[in-house]
Amino acid sequence: MNAHKSSAKSRASAHAAELAEKALHEEQPEVPEWQLRLYVAGHTAKSIAAFENLKRVCETHLAGRYSIEVVDLLVNPRLAAGDQILAVPTLVRKFPEPIRKIIGDLSNEERVLVGLDVQPRR
Amino acid sequence: MARPKKPAKTSVPEGPALAKAATGIQGLDEITGGGLPRGRPTLLCGSAGSGKTMLAAEFLVHGALDYDEPGVFMMFEESAEELAQNLRSLGVDLDKLQRQKKIALDHVHIERNEIQETGEYDLEGLFIRLGHAIDTIGAKRVVLDTIEALFSGLPNHAVLRAELRRLFRWLKDRGVTAIVTGERGETSLTRFGLEEYVADCVILLDHRIVDQVSTRRLRVVKYRGTGHGTNEYPFLIGKGGIAVLPITSLRLDHQAPTERVSTGIHGLDDMLGGLGLYRGSSALVSGAPGTGKSSVGATFVDAACQRGERALLFAYEESANQVLRNMRSIGVDLGKWQRQGLLHIDASRPTLFGLEQHLVHMYEMAREFKPSVVVVDPISNLTMDKEDRSLKPTLMRLIDFLKQQGITALFTSLTSDMAADVADSQVGVSSLMDTWILLSNMAANGERTRTLQVLKSRGMPHSHQVREFVMGNGGVDLVDVYLSGDRVLTGTARVSQVAQEQAANELRRRDHDRRIKELASHRKAIDAQIAALNAQADERAGEVAFAIEREKLTAEGASARSRAIAQSRDVPPPGPRVLAVRPTVRKGAK
Repeated sequence: MNAHKSSAKSRASAHAAELAEKALHEEQPEVPEWQLRLYVAGHTAKSIAAFENLKRVCETHLAGRYSIEVVDLLVNPRLAAGDQILAVPTLVRKFPEPIRKIIGDLSNEERVLVGLDVQPRR
Repeated sequence: MARPKKPAKTSVPEGPALAKAATGIQGLDEITGGGLPRGRPTLLCGSAGSGKTMLAAEFLVHGALDYDEPGVFMMFEESAEELAQNLRSLGVDLDKLQRQKKIALDHVHIERNEIQETGEYDLEGLFIRLGHAIDTIGAKRVVLDTIEALFSGLPNHAVLRAELRRLFRWLKDRGVTAIVTGERGETSLTRFGLEEYVADCVILLDHRIVDQVSTRRLRVVKYRGTGHGTNEYPFLIGKGGIAVLPITSLRLDHQAPTERVSTGIHGLDDMLGGLGLYRGSSALVSGAPGTGKSSVGATFVDAACQRGERALLFAYEESANQVLRNMRSIGVDLGKWQRQGLLHIDASRPTLFGLEQHLVHMYEMAREFKPSVVVVDPISNLTMDKEDRSLKPTLMRLIDFLKQQGITALFTSLTSDMAADVADSQVGVSSLMDTWILLSNMAANGERTRTLQVLKSRGMPHSHQVREFVMGNGGVDLVDVYLSGDRVLTGTARVSQVAQEQAANELRRRDHDRRIKELASHRKAIDAQIAALNAQADERAGEVAFAIEREKLTAEGASARSRAIAQSRDVPPPGPRVLAVRPTVRKGAK
């Protein structure tokens, strides 16, 4: 996963990437069960909100079993086509398959869980 | 794909007038006066299968190949592979264009059931993708096909509409010439009202079936800030790509050569001022069934080939072989011209395509074969519906096209057998023609005679006579005008008159012969008489000479005797004395 992380670092915008980096370092096992990728466009209120909302959900329900890669399309526009990104922010569940996408700032936790198909931890 | 040369008609002045980006599509640039509005989006709407994607793709391909304007094709429905395949059928290698960075493809695919929506979002991702594609190849042209697919992919239409508005604004700001396609809606131009956002230029494509024959039509609904053709124009997707039928009828600026070409019928040439038709003019040969229209057409083709020119014959009633066989029966051998490559016979059923498609087919054939003579046999068969109003404009386009190419054209047209209708039924078309030759049947005295008359022929003196027209082993020709008294005789009347006159001539000739012979025998008789008289005269002359001799001898005998007596009596001889009898010979006396 190191390669993955470093590539994420190079791609992501500074702030979001740092946040992600910290999260990954603290919580991640070697091969995380949940691999998530968050596409944003620049450092906007929506992207920050999306990242924070995502992090909160993951911490609550998937603690220690996830990795988040943040892709800033303003830095890497090439990557938008690969995952068929139209809307930002878009969260892509790369693993477990099948790929699922959630668009929006992820403010509704319930829908994020439904979208990711995560059993809420109560 | 037919790639016309850079049209010289970018005569639209830069500056205050709207700058335009040529589409390179035959005909479309003429309608729009130079192309689509440069740097602005154009909405292209039409129902499914109306050719939106093809037109948009051609716009990009022509831009990339002919105008040095790379383009981005962003597709929402077809995949890149499918588009490449479709274009390959037109001879465009999309992969190569992609490698050369002349065209960039981006397939935007959204699967509704893959997507969950929560909270606010925008379509910045789409902008970034498009912007990236534009920047990568320096695109000047963009196609979004069909962006409406987003409406089914994204649930929040309010956001989508706001973003589309922003997208079109953004496209303008980027200065790219864009085509946005949209599906035709029930009541509005597009199903989701895209025309609301794209207001500069709207082109509507239509695919209609009339009498089981489909015709595609194109109309420029709106073109802000510039004049444009407002009619519906038929267009076709042929093997050369899209061709909008050119509105050459807007301009009447073709050349008018003064050179004349023979029709192949000497009598007809004579009627047309002795020289035939003008090169590049168009002639209509109309007539009832069986009046010999096709034969006139074939003779015209034959004459052109004999001059070594190329000829194209469109046959809509007979197959090529049938034409060859039938024309051979009147002594016109078209087969040898076909073998020499001078003649091409294009036979098809008129119902094979719609009228417009026939027209484009003719265009393509004429462009390919480059004939100097074209015969269409017959035009009346091109449309099944007699009242088809589109025949005239279609023919007008064809005639204009042929004139501009300097091709001499001959059209045959079937008219009803009723003499009164002949002029009426073809008036619509005949006004387009420079020369109108009418063939008709005259039935009289239990016999039908073919006649030919020149109803009009622009720009040349022409005979006003009705001439008899005959077809035989030696081809087609006109019989010399046969005047008897003050009547022109045709058919049997002519034949019987000829026979009568021949008989009269014969009689007279024999009478003359007889009289000459009589004179000759008379002369012979006289000669014989002369010979007999001569003989008689000779005889008489002999008798006279003999008498004279005899008398001379007698006289000499007498003088000799008297001398002897005188000698014996010794009397001097008497002096000369006159003979008592002097014989007189009157020659010739009886």
